[in-house]
Amino acid sequence: MATATLTPTRARQLRSTGRRPGEKRFGVGRVVAFAILALLAITWLIPVLWAVATSLQSEADAGSAPVSWIGESGITFEAYAKVLAEGNVGLWTLNSVLTSVIITALTVATSALAAYAFSRLDFAGRRWLYFAIIAAIIIPPQVLIIPLFYEMLAFGMVDTYLGLILPQVVAPAMVFILKKFFDAVPIELEEAARVDGASRLRVFWSIVLPLSRPILAAVSIFVFIQAWNNFLWPFLIINDTSLMTLPVGLQTVKSAFGVQYAQTMAMSILAALPLIVLFLFFQRQIIKGIATTGFGGQ
Amino acid sequence: MTTSAVGNRAVATAAPAADDATSIRRGSHRRRNNATAWAFLAPFLVFFVLFLVWPMIHGIYLSLTDQSLTGSGGALIGIDNYLEAFADAEMWGAIWNTIWFTLLSTVPLVLVALVMALLVDQGLPGQWLWRLSYFMPFLLASTVVSLIWIWMMNPQLGLFNTVLQAVGLEPVPWLQDPSVSMISIVIATVWWTVGFNFLLYLAALQNIPEQQYEAASIDGAGKWRQLFGITLPQLGPTTALIVILQVLASLKVFDQIYQMMNQLVTPATQSAVIYIFDVGFTGYRFGYSSAISYIFFAIVLIVSLVQFRVTARRGA
Repeated sequence: MATATLTPTRARQLRSTGRRPGEKRFGVGRVVAFAILALLAITWLIPVLWAVATSLQSEADAGSAPVSWIGESGITFEAYAKVLAEGNVGLWTLNSVLTSVIITALTVATSALAAYAFSRLDFAGRRWLYFAIIAAIIIPPQVLIIPLFYEMLAFGMVDTYLGLILPQVVAPAMVFILKKFFDAVPIELEEAARVDGASRLRVFWSIVLPLSRPILAAVSIFVFIQAWNNFLWPFLIINDTSLMTLPVGLQTVKSAFGVQYAQTMAMSILAALPLIVLFLFFQRQIIKGIATTGFGGQ
Repeated sequence: MTTSAVGNRAVATAAPAADDATSIRRGSHRRRNNATAWAFLAPFLVFFVLFLVWPMIHGIYLSLTDQSLTGSGGALIGIDNYLEAFADAEMWGAIWNTIWFTLLSTVPLVLVALVMALLVDQGLPGQWLWRLSYFMPFLLASTVVSLIWIWMMNPQLGLFNTVLQAVGLEPVPWLQDPSVSMISIVIATVWWTVGFNFLLYLAALQNIPEQQYEAASIDGAGKWRQLFGITLPQLGPTTALIVILQVLASLKVFDQIYQMMNQLVTPATQSAVIYIFDVGFTGYRFGYSSAISYIFFAIVLIVSLVQFRVTARRGA
């Protein structure tokens, strides 16, 4: 992070007028900038809007050329009704929520505890262990799919929730991010509590964690988005339809739906909604989290 | 490191690690307390060892065997898998496709993100709408992205070809024609993930002190001078970070190719991870697949190291 004399918010307030000193209010440049912004935004929104438009048509309208934004028989919710009635969307959403929440809770809890030890405690082997964890960030998870799958076979965890959840809990990058943050937390409060006889765990729980809320929120959101959208591992480890998460479930019905475009799009929109709603709620934390850490999903 | 008894201030005699400038100041605060430290570390280490360190080591062993998914085989065959891989045209094809995809995707993913961020940073009205439209696709699962783009690029009914035909052009078989399928996947990928880079750039822009611009405009520097003299140089470190993260992400491509190509493995679009997956889970050859995994890992490692070196040298 650059050490700006202005906080980002302050800079934004200054810039909210959008004008630097000596700038005309409606310069040609600003009109052109606005036009390009709008054009880009429309380009970026069209695929999603097109998907929504398709999902609100009857199968007959969606599947006959020439396609249009609104079907000949008008707007209908029958694709959604069918998908919700027949499909496993509800079950898959539940699986996605359940596994993502558990993965997030376990990842953040274990990473925060470890990061605190690296930040505040001294122990034999501290340096090489930290180095090993940092080095592990570079390992692409995809490299591990074969040995991990083999291990899950040995544990009897193929096609189980445990096999789906446990391997996704390792996130060495999060230890790195959290340690950096803890390093910057002033130590005096902890020292005082220690003098008063509080245990390490107590200090961690009641002093450090409350001070770290913003970074914990950011890390949690990252891990959650990643778990929610993860495809390769859930796809490999789960065969049972009732254990599938949304992305994997969607993949299996893709071929089953074949040419039922309205239903395919309705399912896609339903699967996308939860995270978009989450984003609208936590927009500030997500943007801030990405800005301060440079880590994210995918 | 030599330290006094537990409970007293630790006296660090070793030079502090470079990654850890704070520990010079903070070293005196760190208490030597093995038992407590390991208790804090234990939960993380259980997962770390079981699901990362052990598979990593076990994978090396597997790559030296002829283990199959069905449980047969497993005899040590030395480096035969590696020898076979180096002579395997399909593997080199997959690696070349992966590098090709990385080159094709990284440039627009950096440039488009930069243009978006520079424009949004002008402070024009509609801030939240711009942010939402550019970033929203990043929140979608790869399956959703693939379904939407398969539909957009549908040969007869897709929006792309409908528009092309409306203006009198020939329809394009976006995903069916091997000569354009990789480009089509890159288009979908740029749309999907550019928002993340855009936010990184936007955050960096908002950290550039306003006074620099004020000083520049008092000196009579125009908009473009300010852009090339202040803004772009200040974005250097962010660009380096984005390029590193982007290249690493692109090299690992699997989801959108596998899904947009309808799970068909085609020579034109097969990526390294798709080949690893295909050999292991379609061909059941776990040993061989592990060997390819490690060759792929070596490439990722080399690319990362080169990038870090280049970045470090530029920063120096």
